[in-house]
Amino acid sequence: MTTHPPTDLRLPNYPRAGRGVHPPLDSPGYRSTELRAPHQPLVLLPQRLTEITGPLLGPERVTAADADLTRQHPGEPLGERIVVTGRVLDSDGRPIPDTLLEVWQANAAGRYHHKVDQHPAPLDPNFSGVGRAVTDSEGRYRFITIKPGSYPWGNHYNAWRPAHIHFSMFGRAFTQRLVTQMYFPDDPLFPYDPIFNSIPDEKARQRLISKFSIDLTEPDWALAYTWDIVLRGTGQTPLEAQGGAR
Amino acid sequence: MSEGLTPSQTVGPFLGMGLPWPDGPYVVAEGTPGAITISGRLFDGAGDPVPDGLIETWQADPAGRFDHPDDPRGAPAGGTRFRAFGRCPTEEDGSYRIITLRPGALPSPDGAAEAPHLDVSVLARGLLDRVVTRIYFADQAAANAADPVLAGIADEARRATLIATAEPGNADSYRFDIRLQGDGETVFFDV
Repeated sequence: MTTHPPTDLRLPNYPRAGRGVHPPLDSPGYRSTELRAPHQPLVLLPQRLTEITGPLLGPERVTAADADLTRQHPGEPLGERIVVTGRVLDSDGRPIPDTLLEVWQANAAGRYHHKVDQHPAPLDPNFSGVGRAVTDSEGRYRFITIKPGSYPWGNHYNAWRPAHIHFSMFGRAFTQRLVTQMYFPDDPLFPYDPIFNSIPDEKARQRLISKFSIDLTEPDWALAYTWDIVLRGTGQTPLEAQGGAR
Repeated sequence: MSEGLTPSQTVGPFLGMGLPWPDGPYVVAEGTPGAITISGRLFDGAGDPVPDGLIETWQADPAGRFDHPDDPRGAPAGGTRFRAFGRCPTEEDGSYRIITLRPGALPSPDGAAEAPHLDVSVLARGLLDRVVTRIYFADQAAANAADPVLAGIADEARRATLIATAEPGNADSYRFDIRLQGDGETVFFDV
């Protein structure tokens, strides 16, 4: 094995998110943070080889059927059929192709297909609520699913979660890993939800809300919502990166 | 530039539906020559096990290489396509297990050598963002002593939270517990 002198190691750098973008781990309004948020300050980790690389999980983890949550069982699930589509980008505007997205969600009645969910709403034998997709060469993804219902939870008196779909993304580097939730426009529960409101910055919070699209809505078939996901970039424009060390 | 970044939200209590894979804990198949097991438990601030968490690991191969285009040293020799990524949900008792290969040491742009390690993401209900830690190995004492990340943690007891120890009588089986909060709180990183 040849070892290059360390000076050859020019690594990309992924600037950290500005204040207020990500929720503070200690967010008392969301009670489960109380015993789980670390008390010690985080230690700054310089980004070296392990951090600027990451799992390149793509087509081998996914079949075409995984992106259509309405066709995973013999019958059609109940509820409002929707298309959820958008792009995975980095904050420099570059699309992230061939990257894995994983989603999970409640059914139309607001019930998860999970043994821990005791909400007295019906399970749907034709809906598991789990999907996967890989972005295309322009970073696009597309899911077909059922609009999830709102559901109560035990955080405080009369607590209800706004309708949401859980999204998990890898990007191309360990620094870019992100798990979040996508919401729907004009949900009346937004003002009351401590998880949504744990994001300090109002503009950042709004970025979790998908947009209804009449253009992408499919006549006589399904409403469409669009939602772009922006992962950390390297602070370089795509042009600079082309002329860079690589 | 952080403008336009998508914020993080918790995985919630039902992450077990969407994130675990049947082959997730097996970075390599059990019985692979050189395979090691890293296992441990995830605890909350009351010392109770966290049964709804997910542990993800990312690491170099045994030669200290990454099969990744941003590693400026190029693709690893042999092209073995080592997956290098593991994920395991925690059980009722907070336990998890990853079967993988020992990572190699790494060169660093500042000239220091990084001791063999895995990067770890911990996701759970009650965590609004992942928390990140590292697993080092107790049997790499000399490399650990020269590691720039460990050197940056002055408190010895805190540094020790990053070091997996071999199980008695089995040098290929390591224990690494993760304490989210309180006594013996694991060191977590801002990456």
